[in-house]
Amino acid sequence: MRVRRWTRVSAVSTTSVVLLLIPLAFVPAVLSADAVDKLTTLFIYVILAAMWNALAGYAGLVSVGQQAFFGLGAYATIRLSQHGVGVYPALVLGALLAAVVAVPISLFMLRLRGGEFAIGMWVVAEVCFGLVILDKSVGGLTGTSLIALKQYSPNDQRAYNYWMALGAAAVLLTTLFLLLRSRTGASLQAIRDDEEAAASVGVRVLAGKGIVFVLAAFGCALAGTLWLATSITFQPKSYFGVEWTAYMIFMALAGGLGTFEGPILGAIVFFVIQDQFGDNGVWYLVGLGAAAVGFALLLPRGLWGTLQERFDLHLFPVGYRLRRAAT
Amino acid sequence: MIWVNQVVQGVLLGGYYALLACGLSLMFGVMRIINLAHGALAVLGAFLVFVLAKHGLSPWVALVVVLPVMGVAGWALQRVILERSLRAGELTPLLATFGLLIVISNLLFEKFGADERSLFPYIGTLGYDSWTITKQITIAKLYALIFVVAVALLGTLQLFLRHTQLGRALRATAEDPDTAELVGVNSSAVYAAAAAIAVATAALAGAFLGMRSSFNAYSGSDQLIFAFEAVVIGGIGSLWGTLAGGIVLGVAQNIGAQLNPQWFLLAGHVVFLAALALRLVLTGVGVRGGFRALVGEHA
Repeated sequence: MRVRRWTRVSAVSTTSVVLLLIPLAFVPAVLSADAVDKLTTLFIYVILAAMWNALAGYAGLVSVGQQAFFGLGAYATIRLSQHGVGVYPALVLGALLAAVVAVPISLFMLRLRGGEFAIGMWVVAEVCFGLVILDKSVGGLTGTSLIALKQYSPNDQRAYNYWMALGAAAVLLTTLFLLLRSRTGASLQAIRDDEEAAASVGVRVLAGKGIVFVLAAFGCALAGTLWLATSITFQPKSYFGVEWTAYMIFMALAGGLGTFEGPILGAIVFFVIQDQFGDNGVWYLVGLGAAAVGFALLLPRGLWGTLQERFDLHLFPVGYRLRRAAT
Repeated sequence: MIWVNQVVQGVLLGGYYALLACGLSLMFGVMRIINLAHGALAVLGAFLVFVLAKHGLSPWVALVVVLPVMGVAGWALQRVILERSLRAGELTPLLATFGLLIVISNLLFEKFGADERSLFPYIGTLGYDSWTITKQITIAKLYALIFVVAVALLGTLQLFLRHTQLGRALRATAEDPDTAELVGVNSSAVYAAAAAIAVATAALAGAFLGMRSSFNAYSGSDQLIFAFEAVVIGGIGSLWGTLAGGIVLGVAQNIGAQLNPQWFLLAGHVVFLAALALRLVLTGVGVRGGFRALVGEHA
């Protein structure tokens, strides 16, 4: 037997996805403004789905408080921009600041397990929200807007936002891909499957979880700052809303928890649903919630996970494969 | 004196939190499920009482109808959703109940809109009546009633768990479901009973929420967080601990609000995080809920 990581399919698909970045980079020059905006939104969803999947699907951490970082990133960007930092650097810096905040939070929260971690994170998000609305410089509950963006023409804004979102999604997915292929990736999945057993064979449980937690915080914060760049207004209540986590859970579950490709597919599915039914408001949310329950109960491996099982399909090789050696 | 009043009001509010939290605690203790839809179910109960009250029924009579209905709903919830999700692993119940929370609150929004509702107009003078203790301390009769009901309910639950056949089966299943099965306990029936009790008590708490203040379709999230905070502050697996936790939470919120009205929620969250930190320092690791502490230890 030989252990292999790459197959012909995965080599072809990974290469083609990387090559796909080249035409994607030229989209703002070719496609309509509307299409560019939509793709930007899609990339933000991909980031959110992949980050939540990294937490739950690979580290076994179900968080219902990721909106904490989504909101903190946007908040930090507003404050940085108010202090004269260039608006596009501020998007990245703001997300980095949120990731720095995530470090002490992780030391504390990662000691909780299961449902306690889940609701504990929600409380953390509520605390962040409560503190942000005390800050008069972002206008409390009313919020404010990223005024500095106005120095760019709408067309430039659109193109820059697009490139930022594309770049962010590509960098974060690559980081996650490399992380999962590394030793940490294997230890993470061991932790997810059985924390005590993993610890007993020498896996450093807290360190492994901590890396994913901070990466996911950074990713969600970056998604938040990008969302701020596309929508310009910052209303704390909508950025710190639990519906962001609901979207993340839906995307990851629908696509396939614990698969690399699944959340990307989930984000596309969510994007299409949002595009088609988003105007129906409440019923659309009811449908999302019901679908999440349905996927959790009836199709726990999600769309991609089910396909993967049936056709043994692995587009991005994050695992190991056993092959009979050629004699 | 104003501070004493805030403490008194906080204690009374704590009774409500304990009532809200005891079902959450029971389900966590017995099935190891944290039901993220708990608060939404409480608010659903409040809306059901509200609808009946609008049709002329006294809220108290409405409760006689709503509580059994919600109990059956809890039983069905366990049988249809939770039982299946428990088999699929640790994460699935969280995902399923979170989905349920989104479904319930948005359905309520669809039916009742964004308006704040209250049961206050339907309970006669009970809403206004109060005892004046001193110039600055008045105790609303309604708040006192809720507190007394909460304590009575917790006491009844405790007696029920200790002395009845079903109560013993619940404790045995909480301790070790496989062994309990071996000695003839039907664990899935026991789980369904626990869910029924939990959802019915949540609905009762929801009705009291509606009488004390107001609620809307999305109030469930806040109620879930309060219930969970009360459980954790008081120590998981102890009903009287939940009462203590509820009181600590209520007092913290009222004192916070006295300092600055915006600090009501924040003060509660901070106390919750402090309690968590203290627990981590004392035990070194996250405590896995032990329902045995509920009755066994101090029996």
